[in-house]
Amino acid sequence: MVAIAVDGLGKAFKHYPTRWARLAEWILPGNRPHHIPKWVLQDINFTIDPGEAVGIVGVNGAGKSTLLKLITGTLQPSTGTVQTHGRLAAMLELGMGFHPDFTGRQNVFMAGQLMGLGIDEIKDLLPEIEKFADIGDYIDQPVRIYSSGMQMRLAFSAATAVRPDTLIIDEAMAVGDAYFQAKCFQRIARFKQQGTTLLLVSHSVGDIVKHCERAILLKNGHVEQDGSSRQVTNRYLDELFGKSPCPEVQGSCQFGCAGTQMLNGDDDVFHTRPGYCVEEHRWGQGGGAILDYLIVAQGEHYPSRIESNAQTDFYFKVRFDNDFSSVVPGFLIKTLEGIFLYGTNSFIANEGRSHLAAEAGNIKVFRFSLPMALNEGHYLISFGISSGDPLTNLEPIERRYDSVMIHVGRTIQFWGLVDLTASFETIEQQRQLNGHTCN
Amino acid sequence: MFHALWNYRSFIAGSVKREFQLKYRNSILGAAWTFLNPLAMIIVYTVIFSQIMRMKLPEVDSTFAYSIYLCAGLLTWGLFAEITTRAQNIFLENANLLKKINFPRLCLPVTVVAGAGLNFAIIFGLFTCFLILSGNFPGWTYLALLPVLAVQIAFAIGLGIVIGVLNVFFRDVGQLFTVVLQFWFWLTPIVYPISILSERVRGMIAFNPMTQLMAAYQTILVTGQWPDWISLWPVTALALLLCSWGMLLFRRSAGEMVDEL
Repeated sequence: MVAIAVDGLGKAFKHYPTRWARLAEWILPGNRPHHIPKWVLQDINFTIDPGEAVGIVGVNGAGKSTLLKLITGTLQPSTGTVQTHGRLAAMLELGMGFHPDFTGRQNVFMAGQLMGLGIDEIKDLLPEIEKFADIGDYIDQPVRIYSSGMQMRLAFSAATAVRPDTLIIDEAMAVGDAYFQAKCFQRIARFKQQGTTLLLVSHSVGDIVKHCERAILLKNGHVEQDGSSRQVTNRYLDELFGKSPCPEVQGSCQFGCAGTQMLNGDDDVFHTRPGYCVEEHRWGQGGGAILDYLIVAQGEHYPSRIESNAQTDFYFKVRFDNDFSSVVPGFLIKTLEGIFLYGTNSFIANEGRSHLAAEAGNIKVFRFSLPMALNEGHYLISFGISSGDPLTNLEPIERRYDSVMIHVGRTIQFWGLVDLTASFETIEQQRQLNGHTCN
Repeated sequence: MFHALWNYRSFIAGSVKREFQLKYRNSILGAAWTFLNPLAMIIVYTVIFSQIMRMKLPEVDSTFAYSIYLCAGLLTWGLFAEITTRAQNIFLENANLLKKINFPRLCLPVTVVAGAGLNFAIIFGLFTCFLILSGNFPGWTYLALLPVLAVQIAFAIGLGIVIGVLNVFFRDVGQLFTVVLQFWFWLTPIVYPISILSERVRGMIAFNPMTQLMAAYQTILVTGQWPDWISLWPVTALALLLCSWGMLLFRRSAGEMVDEL
């Protein structure tokens, strides 16, 4: 038996070119359609076994929410079938259709009744729901004054008060604080052990990898990939940050030769590379240009995911248009929020020993190599080339701030941003043993 | 279908209760408004038509006759109007629910009927008390109200579902029906007796399905006689037709409806 069977599923929304078109379709004799079908999902096939946890990923508009709605049954498929077994609880978007004017408690009753529970059953469950949601006196206030986090807390508590056979969660967790999210995932983990099937849509790749063994990547309404969550999420990140699927020579290159490969050509191809951020801030006084870059980690070019602490090479290519007696390439890592994590340049990295000069027409490739001692997350890379004395005044030739986004992955996360690689050991208390022998 | 509805009885009962609470949540007089409203209307009509315009019912001669005649039509019309106007917006109002939760959608029209029925029961109960106290209680014929009410409710909800479904796709339907309902009220002998109309107009008014229903209520409550059952057949047939058409339309468009909300 399978928990969810999706067979040839497709969903099209009708798009009417004019207001009258629908009327014509309803009234005029004959079955001539007056609408254009907009296919949101097409030819989706998969089965999910009981107790399996499956993540669904895809960019905005890929059809994730529509798919979940079809599985939940709020939408009806245009083609194909969906079969589910057992009791299904779904949290589609925020709140489960809470009524803003009623109190949290009344809404819990309504939610319970919508799940087909009787008043007495809900009364029995209520203390537990209240305790789990942990929103205090707000339970007796109208939902309209709730924060989105509180709504989510109450909705999750109510939806999961009884263990469902299938639990569907669409992005809802994102608004909860870290503490409550952890609590939710604890409950989900317990349900999973007891045999609940989980279907999770999340933009947090970390959550998908952590909680699902399997993931499905949707792209333009098709199943693009269905496989282990790590594989699929990597592919998803490639999609997100624009890695071209062309067959590159991956990992075959010896350490360092990538840089020489890059020397060929003097076109500005920076913006065509995977991970490039259009929102970059490019500025400088001129006299040169940063043309290209390459990131290599664990033998992979432009990796969609860099393992935390993996040695990573950042190459970038500069064309000089003027003569410079001293040039200083620089490199900077920031968080998405803009916090400077680490910045260095050729002078600092070589402790003042390096001195570079350039002539007009020169093309040079520079490399910064460092371990990515960072926590799981996305980070922005900036490259820069300056001229002048690194100690007194550096004149920017060109800087490309926040021009590349990388993703660092880490299975077990620590607190904070930077991995200071603490080690840990327990020191046996020898003194007490000695004390015993003394007596 | 009925099984599914039965499983969700708790939701239906809860919805009716919540709606009732919601309506009077921030009012001091609360549920009293349920009958204060029609009471005011009855007083207005009684004063204007019975006292000022000196209109008397030709058949009976009693002090309260006109008031009773008026209530018989006005209160039951109120039930009809409430069911149809609520049903016409029921799917639009609950878009949020329909999109997020999978539950038997037929719960919604059932909730409408139950809610309107509750309001009607309150006010009609009071009216019955008045009949008993004023010595105008019609006796056993009172029971004849039940089948007439059943036909009327079936007619109202059938029409309501049809309009409710159409209203999701063509919002004009809702607007139009509000206007139609106004005309319909005055084209039905509720405030005035049918006898004041000319022969020709009377013939035309007979095609109004509400005329027979109202006539039945008025016969039962004013004269205490059994209604003319034969005259109710056309409206019964129409009610059944509307109910089945409504269900068919609802079944066929339930999926598309959620896409549209």
